[in-house]
Amino acid sequence: MPTPFGTIYSTNITPDPETGIGRWSEQAFIRALRSGVDREGRHLYPAFPYDHFTRVSDDDAKALYAFFMSIDPVKSSAPPNELPFPLNVRLTLAGWKLLFLRQARFVADPSKDERWNRGKYLVEGLGHCGACHSPRNLLGAEKTSAGFAGGEAEGWRAYALGRSSRSPVAWDEAALADYLARGWHALHGTAQGPMANVANNLSQVDPADVRAMAHYLVSLGKGEGRNDVERTRSGPGRLPQAGGAQAATPSIPSEPGGAIYATVCASCHDADRPLPLGGSRLDLSTAVMDEVPTNLVNLVVRGIPAASGASARPIMPGFGDVLDDRQISDLANYLRTRFAGKRQWDGFAKAVAKARGGR
Amino acid sequence: MTTLIVNGERRSIEASPDTPLLYVLRDELGLNGAKYGCGLGQCGACTVIVDGKAVFSCVTPVMVLEGRTVTTLEGIGSQDALGPMQRAFITEQAAQCGYCISGMMMRAHALLSRDPHATDESIRAELQPHLCRCGTHMRILRAIRRAAEEMRPKTADARTER
Repeated sequence: MPTPFGTIYSTNITPDPETGIGRWSEQAFIRALRSGVDREGRHLYPAFPYDHFTRVSDDDAKALYAFFMSIDPVKSSAPPNELPFPLNVRLTLAGWKLLFLRQARFVADPSKDERWNRGKYLVEGLGHCGACHSPRNLLGAEKTSAGFAGGEAEGWRAYALGRSSRSPVAWDEAALADYLARGWHALHGTAQGPMANVANNLSQVDPADVRAMAHYLVSLGKGEGRNDVERTRSGPGRLPQAGGAQAATPSIPSEPGGAIYATVCASCHDADRPLPLGGSRLDLSTAVMDEVPTNLVNLVVRGIPAASGASARPIMPGFGDVLDDRQISDLANYLRTRFAGKRQWDGFAKAVAKARGGR
Repeated sequence: MTTLIVNGERRSIEASPDTPLLYVLRDELGLNGAKYGCGLGQCGACTVIVDGKAVFSCVTPVMVLEGRTVTTLEGIGSQDALGPMQRAFITEQAAQCGYCISGMMMRAHALLSRDPHATDESIRAELQPHLCRCGTHMRILRAIRRAAEEMRPKTADARTER
């Protein structure tokens, strides 16, 4: 797991006695889960989100232990972490915990209904959404005062949720539940990066639990998003469809970014076919509205690879090998100006270099 | 007017700048190796090599390629002088209808040019964007492995570099 401090390797949690947790008692497992201390008493790095798992109920912690002990043991040891001094000394984590770890089980808010409380329990505990979606301080702890104000994970931006959301379309409960369980939504686009894995996992979770999470998250507020967005486009850029699958490109603007959009992007993104078979509406794209260009650049450079499975999922070819850095910058500048009404992001070239390097 | 270097030759393109590269190759330059499959960059049949990288020519307007080098199936060998990739596909009889094969060869060629020791796993991952409905996948993999063996000692083959 790449972190701003170095690489941390997640350890074997199969019940293998030598290299896994086969010799761990239930108490040792629960202590690790909630307090970040392993069976031998060593502090664990908070890349393992025990600051969230401390909220998990006794019943769920025991159920997790029972499940892990039921899976097939695998003999495999993680490589040593790559962390600089003094972070490689686990005792420093005692200080970190003193400062940042508040050990407490989840307590339901009696003024709210059961579904809201269930959602909050899952979001704050096992779901540990804030681990990515909240900003972190210099010591890598979540800024509790800026919960869900947006964070970063593995080279991707984890968007702000709730009141800080930059989504041009307000999330409602149905849309969010749908997105979490399917990994995409026609008005909100596609989960990529680590969130694609999250959605894959959530597709196997009890739909009532996913709805409860959506219910709670939507209750946090909706930022500047609009509620009245039509499912299909009827605004500027609507194009007649040409014969076959490709739409005609609009007339080419003189501005370089606009010309790239018209000739490269518009045949899908302006073709009036909704997701998953057409391109998403970029005027509704959080990637274009966001404070940092990370996700837009990742998407332009890498595209959206096909996902396995029977259901139709959005897909997009990457253009990192077609467009050079200047062209990507021109394109992003155009999208930013036209759809977000804002200027090009600072540090754009760096974001492109990072996206190219991370492939 | 757009200028491209196609299979080593400088070509001035008459077609309007928003024309996808695929149409220019087939209709203007008479290079029919690359095929029209889906027109959406989702099937791989149109794949050619631009500056050493495999790209979907159906979604790439020539406008963004000014001055860049394009290699098509015709550029990695001809009927009279087959390239290693083409020889390998024939030897392994990897084509059934053959429609997807040009694109597969081009991406495999780009991969082996930058990594002649590509593992099976990376060959499979690289070819993931290519669809074949005949189902000759196992033969295609064998052909690429065979081509890799042949390409390994002479990876500096000028054909792959220009």
